[in-house]
Amino acid sequence: MTDMTFKPYEAVIGLEVHVELKTRTKIFCDCITEFGGEPNTHVCPVCLGLPGVLPVLNKDVVDYAIKAGLALNCRIAELSKFDRKNYYYPDLPKNFQTSQYDLPICTGGYLDIEGDGIKRRVGITRIHMEEDAGKLSHGGETISTSDYSLVDYNRSGVPLLEIVSAPDLRSPQEARTYLEKLKGILEYIEVSDCKMQEGSLRCDANISVRLQGSNFFGTRTEIKNLNSFRALERALEFEVKRQIRVLEGGGTVVQETRTWDEEEGSTLPLRSKEEAHDYRYFPEPDLVPLVIDREWVEEIKKSLPELPDARKERLIREYGLPVYDASVITGSKALADYFDDCVKFYPEGKTVSNWLMGDLLRLLNAENQDIKDCALRPEMLAEMLHLIDRGTISGKIAKTVFEVMFQTGKKPMEIIKEKGLVQISDRGEIEALVDRVLAENPQSVEDYRSGKEKAIGFLVGQVMKLSQGKANPGMVNDMLKDKLK
Amino acid sequence: MELYEKTIHELHELIEKKEITGVELNKSVYERIAQVEEKIKAYVLTMDWEQVLQKAQAVDDMFARGGKIHPLGGIPMALKDNICTKGVRTTCSSKILENFVPPYDATVSQKLSESHTILVGKTNMDEFAMGSSTENSAFSITRNPWNLECVPGGSSGGAAASVAADEAVFALGSDTGGSIRQPAAFCGVVGLKPTYGLVSRYGLIAYASSLDQIGPITKDVTDCALVLSAIAGHDPKDSTSVNKPVPDYRNFLTGEIKGMKIGIPREYFGEGLDGGVREKVLAAIGDLEKLGAEVEEVSMPHTEYALPAYYLIASAEASSNLARYDGVRYGYRSKDASDIVTMFKKSRSEGFGSEVKRRIMLGTYALSTGYYDAYYLKALKVRTLVKGDFDRAFEKYDLLAAPTSPSVAFRTGEKRDDPLAMYMMDVCTIPINLAGIPAISLPCGFSEGLPVGLQLMGKAFGEGPLLKAAYAYEQSAGFHLAKPTLNGEV
Ligand SMILES: [Zn+2]
Repeated sequence: MTDMTFKPYEAVIGLEVHVELKTRTKIFCDCITEFGGEPNTHVCPVCLGLPGVLPVLNKDVVDYAIKAGLALNCRIAELSKFDRKNYYYPDLPKNFQTSQYDLPICTGGYLDIEGDGIKRRVGITRIHMEEDAGKLSHGGETISTSDYSLVDYNRSGVPLLEIVSAPDLRSPQEARTYLEKLKGILEYIEVSDCKMQEGSLRCDANISVRLQGSNFFGTRTEIKNLNSFRALERALEFEVKRQIRVLEGGGTVVQETRTWDEEEGSTLPLRSKEEAHDYRYFPEPDLVPLVIDREWVEEIKKSLPELPDARKERLIREYGLPVYDASVITGSKALADYFDDCVKFYPEGKTVSNWLMGDLLRLLNAENQDIKDCALRPEMLAEMLHLIDRGTISGKIAKTVFEVMFQTGKKPMEIIKEKGLVQISDRGEIEALVDRVLAENPQSVEDYRSGKEKAIGFLVGQVMKLSQGKANPGMVNDMLKDKLK
Repeated sequence: MELYEKTIHELHELIEKKEITGVELNKSVYERIAQVEEKIKAYVLTMDWEQVLQKAQAVDDMFARGGKIHPLGGIPMALKDNICTKGVRTTCSSKILENFVPPYDATVSQKLSESHTILVGKTNMDEFAMGSSTENSAFSITRNPWNLECVPGGSSGGAAASVAADEAVFALGSDTGGSIRQPAAFCGVVGLKPTYGLVSRYGLIAYASSLDQIGPITKDVTDCALVLSAIAGHDPKDSTSVNKPVPDYRNFLTGEIKGMKIGIPREYFGEGLDGGVREKVLAAIGDLEKLGAEVEEVSMPHTEYALPAYYLIASAEASSNLARYDGVRYGYRSKDASDIVTMFKKSRSEGFGSEVKRRIMLGTYALSTGYYDAYYLKALKVRTLVKGDFDRAFEKYDLLAAPTSPSVAFRTGEKRDDPLAMYMMDVCTIPINLAGIPAISLPCGFSEGLPVGLQLMGKAFGEGPLLKAAYAYEQSAGFHLAKPTLNGEV
């Protein structure tokens, strides 16, 4: 997966990913975590950081963190604790964030990624739990140029996991692949919605460049504000090239935090190393250390669903799916669940996969719809596939039926009856159509007979058109060939 | 004897026997406040007179209908102004929270309401509980009822003075490094710092979270046991509160301490201890021996390191706890700031007093990169060593006895410009907070006409034996019966 365009350099990339957990309530109070809602309606004295209030840890957050840790092959700490990360910002009600510093809940995991046939094991250095901040909206462009700024604390105290990778990624595409796969896993284990546009999945990248084969690390920069896969890949590409340009020009890369400007298509300096915050971490005295007994971990381990890699292998093994199909289908848990539901009613995996990979994904994309909200349910697709097999409808008509099912949620037989789409398989009826087409297209008949075999395709097409797509295409083909002998 | 002079248990008996009503009692205390508050200035605010009487009437009505009256029912009491009271200003005696009205009750406020006590006012304190004289209040200087020219101690100086001057039958204070016990000693009343985790901290405006504990300030040990029984217990809203059953602490008040082993830590009687204080405390220890306790000297070698460790740990936690006062959501906001950073800086510079700023800076420094190991981390290690001293001592002894403060109340203004001299006032009380154990201060005589406090320390969650010994001493010595004259030039 090494990007050849950077030769003789290579990129060294590590990602810090923040995911909002979809526990029902916040990490330290009973407010709901639901996205949206009128500003400052999902708040209480605790998540507003009023004087005298105290945090109480939501156990579900620990559950979810352990789940994520196990899915990412981490060691789950027996003793973990929370720490305060101190900095001033108006979206942070206490002016410190309760986070984890030196005893995170998960450490030492990995995630295997694959692209262009190259496999790579990416280390997961640590996963820790923390609280999210509120959200600012400025009267003007930025906080320093605005006359006023408004704060919404609905998000304050929503639980987050920070997942930190080792600097094991070697190209922007690899970084993207890693993030996509990570997102897939987190969705699989149902700990987060991972909606980048809503900010429930956020990503910062640490990046440096070095000569290929070198063991040294170059000076790194940190890039913030990467709000989509595309932004991640583009920002990293820009930054790799920028750093190479600096080095080639005889300069040195400055250690700093940069931000991605989507419109400019470039990264811009945000603050230097000297301006970096001193967070003054210290143990959170309002919470007691977290002791995680092994039984708890084992229980969660048992409850983990089949993870993407295992599922992919199973689809290849059980249904003979091509690797590519299996990867796409298991790339999202919802799509994989959909597939598994379809093959319960129609066990030809490859046929199902063709319909999912082609028509279904195309329509979902075009309508910008989530598969979970799709009106076309797996049993309906299975029923349609059986109708094709029985010759009730042609594959071509099935395309129409499929679209109508997708749009209306009606069952296939209902659509076929309503629209009169039953396939014509009556020899007499088809013969009449064939004879008419042969009579009307003497030139094509001539062509075919003189050896231009392609002409038969045109004639089949004409018959199908005449039958409004209802003629059994196999029978039409056979009959035409017969008559043209 | 006026009603306002009486203790909780005396008043409860009168109420139960229907010899007095809650309204009469509250009227008496309210008249007392009207009479002496001008001199003492124990309160940041007192409650509306009509409301107090209405509440007292409600308790009387309930009792008249045949309801059972809680031992604290109808008793007028005061809360230190760092304990949140729903709908009632809670200021921490700071300009930054001058107009802060909490939309919730602290767990202890709620428990006292459920016990049908009647809040008469919020008491003055050193700003954010930082101080030992109550001179660091943004609003007023509280006077010692025994000598108005002297400080009442701190930081719960208002609470101790209100009880000593009979402006409340009891009060709750908070103790981070001695803030209940030292003012109780200076004002000649009883003050208990419970074991860390026994009383919920929910709604106590934090100074140093790992050290803060709420406790009673009362006129005698019996009242102390009554109030503690009412406020102790597990609170799901405070993760550091311990889930243990709470006994009725009155059951320990037998007067019987024969065979009890009491250790006398040598280091608490060293340099800097006033001769008069030493004499009275040693006499009190002699009395305990006469009552049948076995007394023996013990060494607590790490005592001298407790004070610096405390100021690092407490200040570090405070620097973070007090970060939220930034003018964004509530509290004081500087008028003339045009951008966010200036707003933070000006609001905090103008809103906090100098001692608070000193500790925020000290704490920020101690937690900074490059200094963390040398200061904060080292202080935590010292804390473990100090705890170790107590653990070893309690293998052998049931209790420890020492002075509460190295001196009696000093003159207002005397140590104001000498923070180190002021910090030394807590030298005998701080190790107890670092160890998380309970300790009580009770009057044991007078020196220079001012009360001296005897401090007894117990094992973690050993409030029972602690109160037992305190009660036995109190009943034999009788110093709790002395009343201040409220004299002196102001
Ligand atoms: Zn909340």
